Amino acid sequence: MSILVLAEHHDGALAGATAHVVAAAQAIGGDIDVLVAGENVAAIAEAAAKLEGVSKVRVADNAAYAHQLAEPLSALLVELAGDYTHVLAAASTNGKNVLPRLAALKDVSQISEIIAVESADTFQRPIYAGNAIATVQSGDPLKVITVRATAFDAVGESGDAASEAVEFVADNDQSTFVKEELAQSDRPELGAAKVVISGGRGMGNGDNFKLLEGIADKLGAAIGASRAAVDAGFVPNDMQVGQTGKIVAPELYIAVGISGAIQHLAGMKDSKVIVAINKDEEAPIFQVADYGLVADLFEALPALEQKL
Amino acid sequence: MKVLVAVKRVIDYNVKIRVKPDQSDVDLTNVKMAMNPFCEIAVEEAVRLKEKGVATEIVAVTIGPKAAQEQLRTALALGADRAVHVETEERVESLAAAKLLAKVVDEERPGLVILGKQAIDTDNNQTGQMLAALAGLPQGTFASDVVVDGDKVQVTREIDGGLQTVELSLPAVVTTDLRLNEPRYAKLPDIMKAKKKPLDVKSPSDLGVEVASNVSLLKVAPPPERQGGIKVGSVDELVDKLKNEAKVIS
Repeated sequence: MSILVLAEHHDGALAGATAHVVAAAQAIGGDIDVLVAGENVAAIAEAAAKLEGVSKVRVADNAAYAHQLAEPLSALLVELAGDYTHVLAAASTNGKNVLPRLAALKDVSQISEIIAVESADTFQRPIYAGNAIATVQSGDPLKVITVRATAFDAVGESGDAASEAVEFVADNDQSTFVKEELAQSDRPELGAAKVVISGGRGMGNGDNFKLLEGIADKLGAAIGASRAAVDAGFVPNDMQVGQTGKIVAPELYIAVGISGAIQHLAGMKDSKVIVAINKDEEAPIFQVADYGLVADLFEALPALEQKL
Repeated sequence: MKVLVAVKRVIDYNVKIRVKPDQSDVDLTNVKMAMNPFCEIAVEEAVRLKEKGVATEIVAVTIGPKAAQEQLRTALALGADRAVHVETEERVESLAAAKLLAKVVDEERPGLVILGKQAIDTDNNQTGQMLAALAGLPQGTFASDVVVDGDKVQVTREIDGGLQTVELSLPAVVTTDLRLNEPRYAKLPDIMKAKKKPLDVKSPSDLGVEVASNVSLLKVAPPPERQGGIKVGSVDELVDKLKNEAKVIS
């Protein structure tokens, strides 16, 4: 077996998710290569070479792959896929954008967001917003798979893989990058944080999210939100946790003013410890919370910040 | 410009699903079904493009059993002009769905194809991307804004970390994110009128597509049950439990 992992990177740095995808590749077994595609990606390739279990880093450094546009990136993957039995990527917005396109171009199915590897062709994945777990077996010659990063422990950084340039440059006259507007934050990345504190509609407005910041600072936590809070315009959408937002599985998840709709639970119910603070004691979030506090969040949050 | 919108019949998003006792699949008998929420947003976007004078005709398409015609009638009531039903009782995976849709795209020659970003049953998030690949079109996935300008479309995409705007040449495939728009409700007179709108029925074999998949569903099981915990009486008690019992903070 030979596996190609598409490296996830942002702002010139290798994203943490890649180490989790390599772990999934190790669970499948076989030689693992990592593809780093982008523009000016030398530092990213160097970081990828350190990941444990990686045999080779293939580097496609060209303006054609800047901004990870799906059309050129999938063409590049088609070019390389012949050498592999599996192509894996994180189930990030990039992975989800590119891999189905690769799969269709190779006339094979794609398996989305696996949470466990049973064998080289059999995988588990959540369906119906995580309310059922499907075990699927692929008979395709090439397995194209996205991996839920939180379901696999990251590999270490003790590796020393060789690096090799990829000369292929994809033509693309169909899509062009216009602009990017990224949310700025000094806090840990939501998907990788050990502690997450999230606010819902109960926060009342965007200003009140400041009540979460002091607590987040003390706990080294990322701040998330429910869809209700995002739709109400309290916070930007990249903070959304849920079926349609980010999937998190931190050590500690604190849900504040969040009722606990199916959609939200899909994004956080694999957290190790869940705390709910809500004034409605009937809120469904209490059915999954390890520790529930029925209280007005405007009193509980300042008190909690003070106690930490 | 003609706009093609693909819709899917799925279990209603509010329903708590049951896994069949033999673990072969999720039980869909006597369960409320509805149009996939992301598909509703796709239909709404198409209708808005028509209201702006950008779209001239909206064709709604679905793949599935006879009952899926209900969802096509819903799309027609919301403003689609006509519908195409690819009727099959088989389980259609994303790749086969994309192949069927690519044939419909071939026949209809739309300027823009709009799909939801994912169906809330299989949670695959694949069909739009696969369709774009098979039809040789560019893709604008997870769209929260779509602006058609001449022979180009600017799509603002929701990506990890924020938003990205790309410009695609038309024809193109766009998949909708939740924040693209707020779908309208169908009015009773429109529902009545929708019954008279044209609805073509085709089969996968009419389109020359084999539906069978190389991926087999071995088992569907409920996820590990999470036990509800305890309620604490105060913030002090909460902090104490987190420090000394759960040991998740220090």
